[in-house]
Amino acid sequence: MINEKIIVQSLEKLQPNIYLMKAKAPVIASQVKPSQFCNIKVSDNDFPLLRRPFSVCDVQGDSIFFMFDVHGEGTRILSEKMIGDEIEVLGPLGNGFNYNKKFNKALIIAGGLGVAPFPFLTKVLIDKVEIVSLIGGRNKNYVVKYGLKNVSVATDDGSEGYKGTVLDLLEANKESLIDDGTIIFSCGPTPMLKALQKFAEQNNVECQLSTECAMACGFGICQGCPVHSSTEDKYLLVCKDGPVFDSKEIVL
Amino acid sequence: MSEIDLQVKLGNLTLKNPVLLASGTVGYGNEISQFTDLSKIGAIITKSVSLKPRKGNPPQRIVETASGMLNAIGLANVGLEVFVKEKIPFLKEIQSTIICNIAASSIEEYVECTKVLDHEDEIKGFEINVSCPNVKEGGLEFGNNLTAVGKITEKVRAVTNKPIIIKLSPNVARISEFAKVAKDEGADAVSAINTLVGTAFDIWTGKPKIYNVTGGLSGPAIKPVALAKVLEISRNVDIPIIGVGGIMNWKDAVEFMIAGATAIQIGTVNFINPQAGIEIIEGLKNYCKQKEITSLAEIIASYKLPS
Ligand SMILES: Cc1cc2nc3c(=O)[nH]c(=O)nc-3n(C[C@H](O)[C@H](O)[C@H](O)COP(=O)(O)OP(=O)(O)OC[C@H]3O[C@@H](n4cnc5c(N)ncnc54)[C@H](O)[C@@H]3O)c2cc1C
Ligand SMILES: Cc1cc2nc3c(=O)[nH]c(=O)nc-3n(C[C@H](O)[C@H](O)[C@H](O)COP(=O)(O)O)c2cc1C
Ligand code: FES
Repeated sequence: MINEKIIVQSLEKLQPNIYLMKAKAPVIASQVKPSQFCNIKVSDNDFPLLRRPFSVCDVQGDSIFFMFDVHGEGTRILSEKMIGDEIEVLGPLGNGFNYNKKFNKALIIAGGLGVAPFPFLTKVLIDKVEIVSLIGGRNKNYVVKYGLKNVSVATDDGSEGYKGTVLDLLEANKESLIDDGTIIFSCGPTPMLKALQKFAEQNNVECQLSTECAMACGFGICQGCPVHSSTEDKYLLVCKDGPVFDSKEIVL
Repeated sequence: MSEIDLQVKLGNLTLKNPVLLASGTVGYGNEISQFTDLSKIGAIITKSVSLKPRKGNPPQRIVETASGMLNAIGLANVGLEVFVKEKIPFLKEIQSTIICNIAASSIEEYVECTKVLDHEDEIKGFEINVSCPNVKEGGLEFGNNLTAVGKITEKVRAVTNKPIIIKLSPNVARISEFAKVAKDEGADAVSAINTLVGTAFDIWTGKPKIYNVTGGLSGPAIKPVALAKVLEISRNVDIPIIGVGGIMNWKDAVEFMIAGATAIQIGTVNFINPQAGIEIIEGLKNYCKQKEITSLAEIIASYKLPS
C-alpha cells in the first residue's frame, strides 16, 4: 500500500462515455490483485475534496489501467488528463477475488462499469480455468468487452445481444453455465448483486461479489462505507473488509 | 538560528508539536500508520470510544458537499473492553502521545470510561466528546446544555488527574460560555470545533442523501466558522484551545494559532492526504524560520483586531 504518483501514459475512449486510462505505477502494479482498487486524487487542489475509488482494471508490466465512465466532476477531470500528467493514487486497497482454490470454471457476471476489474482477473485465470463472461449494459454504448474472454452480452433495450438484464441471461442459460466446479465472480450495481446473491443461494453455487459504497478514505479510518454482515449483528467495511465478499457473508 | 521549538503545553500535558490527529479520522492508528510516520505527530486522538460497542448508522453514512463532507457514522466503535484489549497494544508501539476520546449517553458512562482508562499508562489524556451530532442520546443533548457540560467536566475531573479536554459543539449560540464552564469545572483545554449539523437531498428522489437525514459537516467549508469560534473563546476565556475544522495545510494551521489556538487538529484531510500531519509540522517550522521566531508561543493569539 502506497500513495504513489502515477504518470498517465494513454487515455483511450472505449465508448462515447467510457474511458480506459493507462498509467505508469511500478509499485502498485507489482502489488495489486484482481478487484483491489485505488483511491485517486483527481485534482491537485481541494476541489473535488475527496478521492475517488476505482478498480484496477488491468496490469501490464509497470503500468496499471483504470476504466471509468464520466458522470460527475471527478470522472470528468480524469477524462481530461493528458499524457505525462501526474496523479496521486492510494493503493492497492481492499482485498481482491479469492481464486486460490480448486475450481474449474470462472463465471464472470458484470453490469455496466462493473466490468472494470475483470480484464485483470481474466489475465490471471486464463491459463488455469475455463472463463465465461456475461456482461450487461443499458444499451450497446455501455457494453465494454475490453480484455474479456468468451463474452455474451445482454442489453436492456436489445441493441446488442440478449434483450434483458444480465441476470435474465444467466437464468435462461443456467444449466449449461453452472456445474460443480463453477465460481461466480461478479461486480455491478447493487440491485444486480442482490439478485445474483439470491440466484447463487437458490442454485447452490459459490459467488463472490465486488461491492461499491460511497467512500471517503478508502483504507479503513473513516467508517464511512458499511455493509451489514449476515452472520453477526455488525457492519463490515467495504474498503477494508471488501470490496469483495462471499455472497453469503453480507446483507445487501 | 537555533532549532525551532514546536513544543506546546495543554495544561500539564506537553506535546512535541501542536499537530494532533482528530478523533474519528484516524481510527485507532493502525490503518493510517501504513502511510505515515505517526511517531512524528504531536498526538493522536482515538475514535470516540463508548462503554459498550456501537454498531453505527446504516449506509449511506457520508456524502461529499461543496468543499466539505457530511458524515453520520453514529459513533461506530469497538467499545471499551475491546479498545483496552486490542487497540491499546498497537497504540503503544507507535510512540506517539495518545489522547483517548470518550463518548457516552449518560454522565455515569463518561465517568465509568474515564475511570477504566485512567489505569492505562499509554493514555496521556482524555478528550470528552460532548458534541457528536449523529447519535440520539448524549451527543448534542449534552453539547448544547451548559449545565450538562459543567456536570460532565466536574465528574470526570473527579476521577482522573490526567489532562481533560472538552470537545465543544459549534451548534450553540455562545461557544465561549461552554469553554468557560469547562474551565471552571477543571478542564485543561477545549477543542473547537466538532462538526456542524447539515443535510443534503437527492433532487430526483426527494430523499436525504444520508440515512440519518442529518450529518456533521467537516472540511474546508467549515474553516471560517471554526476560526470565529476559536477567536470567540480566545477573547473571552483563559484556557488553552485546540483549533479544529477544515485545516488542510500549514497555512490554515497558522491562521488558527493566530486566532488563539495553542494546538490544532486535522480531521477530514487525513482521508485525502494521510501525510498531511507531517507536512503541516514541516510547514510550521519553515514559517517560524521565515518569521524569525523561535517559538510558536509568539504567534498564538497574536491577532491584531481593530481597536
Ligand atoms: C471499490 C470501488 C471501485 C470502483 N471502481 C470503479 C471503476 O473501476 N470504474 C468506474 O467508473 N467507477 C468505479 N467506482 C465508482 C466510482 O468511484 C464513482 O463513479 C466515482 O467516485 C464518481 O465520481 P464523480 O465525481 O465523477 O461523480 P459524483 O457523482 O459527482 O461523485 C460525488 C460523490 O459521490 C461518490 N460516489 C458517487 N457514486 C458512487 C459510487 N457508485 N460508488 C462510490 N462512490 C460514489 C463519489 O466518490 C463522490 O464523493 C468504484 C467505486 C468503488 C467504491
Ligand atoms: C468521518 C468523521 C468521523 C468523526 N468521528 C468523530 C468522533 O468519533 N468523535 C469526535 O469527537 N469527533 C469526530 N469527528 C469530528 C472531527 O474530529 C473534527 O472535529 C471535525 O471533522 C472537524 O475537523 P475537520 O474539518 O478537520 O475534519 C469526526 C469527523 C469525521 C469527518
Ligand atoms: S472509506 Fe473510510 S472506512 Fe471505508
